[in-house]
Amino acid sequence: MPDAQAVAQSPLIALVGNPNTGKTTLFNALSGLSQKVANYAGVTVEKKEGICHDQHGKPVRLLDLPGAYSLNASTPDEAIPRDVLLGRRADTPKPDRVICVVDASNLERNLYLTMQVLDLGIPAIVVLNMMDIAGARGMKISAASLQEQLGVPVIPMQANTRQGIERLRVAMSQAELPLAKRGEYPASLREALAKAHELLDAGETNPDGNALAGTVSLICSRERDAAAAPGIEAARSLMERDCTGWEENLVASQYKRIGELTRNAIEQPRSSDPTATDKIDGVLLHPVLGWVILGGLMTALFAMIFSVAAVPMEWIDAGFSSIADWIKTWMAEGDLRDLLTDGVLAGVGSVLMFLPQILLLFFFIGLLEDTGYMARVAFIMDRLMGLVGLNGRAFIPLLSSYACAIPGIMATRTIANPRERLITILVAPLASCSARLPVYVMMIGVMLPSGVAGVWVKVAFMLGLYALGTVGMFLFAWLFHRRLRSGNGSTMILELPPYKVPVLRTVLLRLWSRARVFITQAGTVILVISILLWAATSYPKPDAGDDTDRLTQSIAGQLGKQIEPLIEPLGYDWKMGIGLIASFAAREVFVSTMSILYRADDPGEEGTRPLQAILREQKRADGSPLFNAKTCLSMLVFYVFAMQCMATLAITRRETNSWKWPLFQFGYLTVTAYVAALLVYQGAGLLGY
Amino acid sequence: MSAGSSGMIESLHFASDDSFRLREMGFLPGARLRLVRRASLGDPIEVEIGGAHLALRHKDAALIQVKVTPDA
Repeated sequence: MPDAQAVAQSPLIALVGNPNTGKTTLFNALSGLSQKVANYAGVTVEKKEGICHDQHGKPVRLLDLPGAYSLNASTPDEAIPRDVLLGRRADTPKPDRVICVVDASNLERNLYLTMQVLDLGIPAIVVLNMMDIAGARGMKISAASLQEQLGVPVIPMQANTRQGIERLRVAMSQAELPLAKRGEYPASLREALAKAHELLDAGETNPDGNALAGTVSLICSRERDAAAAPGIEAARSLMERDCTGWEENLVASQYKRIGELTRNAIEQPRSSDPTATDKIDGVLLHPVLGWVILGGLMTALFAMIFSVAAVPMEWIDAGFSSIADWIKTWMAEGDLRDLLTDGVLAGVGSVLMFLPQILLLFFFIGLLEDTGYMARVAFIMDRLMGLVGLNGRAFIPLLSSYACAIPGIMATRTIANPRERLITILVAPLASCSARLPVYVMMIGVMLPSGVAGVWVKVAFMLGLYALGTVGMFLFAWLFHRRLRSGNGSTMILELPPYKVPVLRTVLLRLWSRARVFITQAGTVILVISILLWAATSYPKPDAGDDTDRLTQSIAGQLGKQIEPLIEPLGYDWKMGIGLIASFAAREVFVSTMSILYRADDPGEEGTRPLQAILREQKRADGSPLFNAKTCLSMLVFYVFAMQCMATLAITRRETNSWKWPLFQFGYLTVTAYVAALLVYQGAGLLGY
Repeated sequence: MSAGSSGMIESLHFASDDSFRLREMGFLPGARLRLVRRASLGDPIEVEIGGAHLALRHKDAALIQVKVTPDA
């Protein structure tokens, strides 16, 4: 273990680059398992830090900044590299050095960001990554020429096969790194920019860099720095007044510099043979084959989730039960034992059971991202998602939500537009997740006994429920889109990066960090809720009696009776009310609660008859069956819409960084569930059922 | 433009600042681009510019004036 103090005092090197440049692969190769992932304060952007050792064995702190196309930030993600490099973030010191990771096969556009960074006057190393792809395109790049013209070390690299890593390590070990040759803005803009710079008063500038570079980034950003907002407005109107078309002029002048730089350094083939990526896209984006392959892959994914994941899910379930049994044999009977077995273990176990599914989903999402196929899915689906105001990138998160909304919501970070990302998060729980399946199966079974309806009728009902949730999802997405419409009609630009063979290490590292988020964030909330629910279903204790008496006299039981007037119009009695309350932690708890509540009254031998048969025999006060078709339907519709998953709410809180959105999500979904169930029950009544 | 054809950007006709990011990504007058394909539902379209493959929606792409040139 390196001495903590030595590490804290060691230099901080930031990695900067466009998205899809292999920056994270390089970061992983350099820092290995030492990395820490957290969020930047106040935003849901991942902060990845690691430690690596230079050639002399001295520790160096590495910071993997979020991918950006420009320091003129247009999204919250892009504001992070801008603010970190300008030394404007309280939670991150200004880096001592920068490594600019550049995609060699796409040099000009990548150099745009690099030039902005070099202009800031921070000692830098430029890494030309993906040299293999550039080579395959027939490009000849002279790193030496670039190095001479830029004035900083330029290192060719293939991070995925670790070629060039040692050269980079040597360059990082230099005590003094040269500064880039200073760039200038066009003469026509300089005077006005200097005035804007004074107006903005954005703090001290780096004497080693272009004094105006920081000001330019701040005033050109669409994602404004809140602290500097009034100054930015003033500076922008000054620029508009003095130099019309100044922004276009700035971009054009930067590209002119880049053009001069690359003229001597790159040899572009006049026309090249189709690359591997072009050929693969010919198939994967084929008008017909593209859909077939996408459909096939997603079907295979879901088949895996529901079959392969079932095995470890049973292990986890059995594991938690056997721990509970073990505690029961070793601990004396009492409240503490019940708390541990019925509260903590049962509650946490019922949610952790979904961990295998969630991990599989994370793994597949990681593979899709790292191969480059994710962007193709977005390309294929964009038109359809656009109908309800979402973009193609929302497709995979929403699809994942059919297994579990948690990985779905966590996968929305790839959606750059904050508004579209929020809408995707809000509607994700409307996808019928696998925790609803036990409830669907039970209620359909009660409604349609095997003798009455064939398997296909049940299947049709099941599909109907999934369709209902899907329609709801698109309807609400469309409504939110209409409601949250922002002023500027944003332009969608989706990059289709070259296909890559994923690096297993990168995929596994991300899988681990996401799994940890699920376990810590969702786990804590689940633990608390499980304990609360256990207490609500156990206290006050009856003097005597069995499980049923315990439940009916408990706080939850009394609450169930209290809300009976509220749920009676939906066709439910107070016992179902208890089930609804208990399943707020996790939906499938409904089944076990129903079992406890109704089984004990069963005149037959205890625990031998199927629950569905018992439920079917329940009678109302007037002697009519309690679980008639309209009650079952109303209950099913309620579960399609209701937001009964505390773990998802915890993740929504984390991903929106506020309590406002999880509360709104809970509110709108619960109201919708209630109204929909009411319409079904009362509507069926009016139709004479 | 038909899929596979290339051309040179003549001008961009966006309202105020919608085109800034496009310009930053290389959509500048004088730049060469190639229409690679349209998505199977007609939208978005994929263009190649400066070695990058980017998808744009039709409504945005329609604001980029391109002079189609025969392939060299």
